[in-house]
Amino acid sequence: MGIEISNEQIQELEAKAKDVRRWIIKMLAEAGSGHPGGSLSSTDIITALYFKIMNHRPADPKWEDRDRFVLSKGHCCPALYAVLALSGYFPTDELMRLRKLDSFLQGHTDMLSTPGVEISAGSLGQGLSIAGGMALAGKLNHKDYHVYVVLGDGESQEGQVWEAAMACPHYKLDNLCAFLDYNKLQIDGPVAEVMNIAPLVDKFRAFGWHTIEIDGHNMNQIIQATNEAKNTRGKPTMVIAHTIKGKGVSFMEGKVEWHGVAPSKEERDKALEELQ
Amino acid sequence: MVELMATRDAYGKTLVKLGKENQEIVVLDADCSSSTRTSMFREAFPDRFFNFGVAEANMIGFATGLATCGKIVFASTFAVFGSCRVFDQVRTSIAWPKLNVKIVVTHAGISVGEDGASHQAIEDIALMRSLANMTVIVPADGIETEKAIIACSKISGPFYIRLGRAKFPIVFSDDYEFKIGKGTILKDGKDATIIAIGLMVFEALQAASDLEKEGISTRVINMSTIKPIDKEIIIQAAQETRAIVTCEEHSIIGGLGSAVAEVLVENCPVPMKRIGAPDKFGFSATPAELLERFGMKSTHIVKAVKEVVSKK
Repeated sequence: MGIEISNEQIQELEAKAKDVRRWIIKMLAEAGSGHPGGSLSSTDIITALYFKIMNHRPADPKWEDRDRFVLSKGHCCPALYAVLALSGYFPTDELMRLRKLDSFLQGHTDMLSTPGVEISAGSLGQGLSIAGGMALAGKLNHKDYHVYVVLGDGESQEGQVWEAAMACPHYKLDNLCAFLDYNKLQIDGPVAEVMNIAPLVDKFRAFGWHTIEIDGHNMNQIIQATNEAKNTRGKPTMVIAHTIKGKGVSFMEGKVEWHGVAPSKEERDKALEELQ
Repeated sequence: MVELMATRDAYGKTLVKLGKENQEIVVLDADCSSSTRTSMFREAFPDRFFNFGVAEANMIGFATGLATCGKIVFASTFAVFGSCRVFDQVRTSIAWPKLNVKIVVTHAGISVGEDGASHQAIEDIALMRSLANMTVIVPADGIETEKAIIACSKISGPFYIRLGRAKFPIVFSDDYEFKIGKGTILKDGKDATIIAIGLMVFEALQAASDLEKEGISTRVINMSTIKPIDKEIIIQAAQETRAIVTCEEHSIIGGLGSAVAEVLVENCPVPMKRIGAPDKFGFSATPAELLERFGMKSTHIVKAVKEVVSKK
């Protein structure tokens, strides 16, 4: 079982991811606040999931057989919002209303406001447990859907992540595939200095997960990882995705300062030029 | 002879009953199932019971995920853990998105007794009452517990239902009609009103009976739904009796007493006194000794009623 992908399709996905990045920059500049760094580091994973990997119906967001996507690090919602808009869940015009009064695009995801958003998040560390609950419901309801999660690396310092890390293999949730967006930076500095979470592969393997290590900006590797997850029986899959914070915008890449600051109009224009 | 029944026993039995009727009901626990009585459901429906071990936050997360997929989720543990320990998870993941999760906690209040302060939840109502979208219910006995559990299972949305460890005296008969958001007058009176919840309802009835003998006619209201609170019944009691005493097995800060005071002060201020745990932690002792030391026995209620009546 697995998705076959041609070089041409990979190029199409890469072009789509660039489009998503452009929208992230535009919406954050318009909003005047938000989180570009982690949005850009997780863009390729979320793009691949919605445009190639997941079964979903933008015209029917509550379709009960859909694959679920849980963005545990809710502050990176600009990437999700852009992907949802480009998938057809709502018009792209709405993206420019991010964080504004009466907008359905809240500063952190609100599942009751935004079509296609599966959970309300923003307080870190909860998404893996929630995704576990969705996967468990899939087993109980004899559904074939898969549940995908994107976790942050700083987020993985939360104790609840490790409670969920214990529970998902315990309940043999092989319909669950998590990506850990390992961009190695958090608000206060390098993750390894603030509170080291390495070695991640060893940790999750010890907790009973099938683990895969990939370049989180390589579309082929992202897709092959989900193929491998689908073919893994009896345990959930954790994909440690090595990424670059701020990926795609030269002056944001690898800069912790861009965790939670929106680009100015000048910076926006410079970034958009790079993303042509 | 007063008949006794633990509200947690009523909970376990009711879960089994509901489990037979509705396949969508799932029950979660965090290593307390033999104490919370969710073990009864586990034995009847092992495929729909999930233990999360000593990891309450993760249990609430799984409850969230299950609820987004249409399950009716009952998640249980001790009151201290089901409120204080998981407050952020309940706030962000369940209350904000109005998910269909019933957090049913046991061992609430000081009547947990000998385990001491760490296990005596006296802050949980205050916490849960502050959450938008949350309904908070404290049943007075086993009969009301059964009716409250059934009622909440039929309504989608987050609930916090607070049960005890000890056996509570039965105050209701089987034909009692429980309604979410409605207080019940258990005894009418014209000189003062006692508004009580949980175990304290029985103490309140005892106090009213003693006061009657001294010529003070006292109304007793069971206010099992603390949120949304029944404003009408409070305002009516204030207008008709002009003196109010609240009784709860909880801190006097933020619980029933505060909720009633909020209604009174904006609508019909009258002399009022709050009976409950004063602003301090509990300690190890028998439930009866603790109630005595905290000034929560019927004799203390009698004294408080006389005090508010004298201030009219």
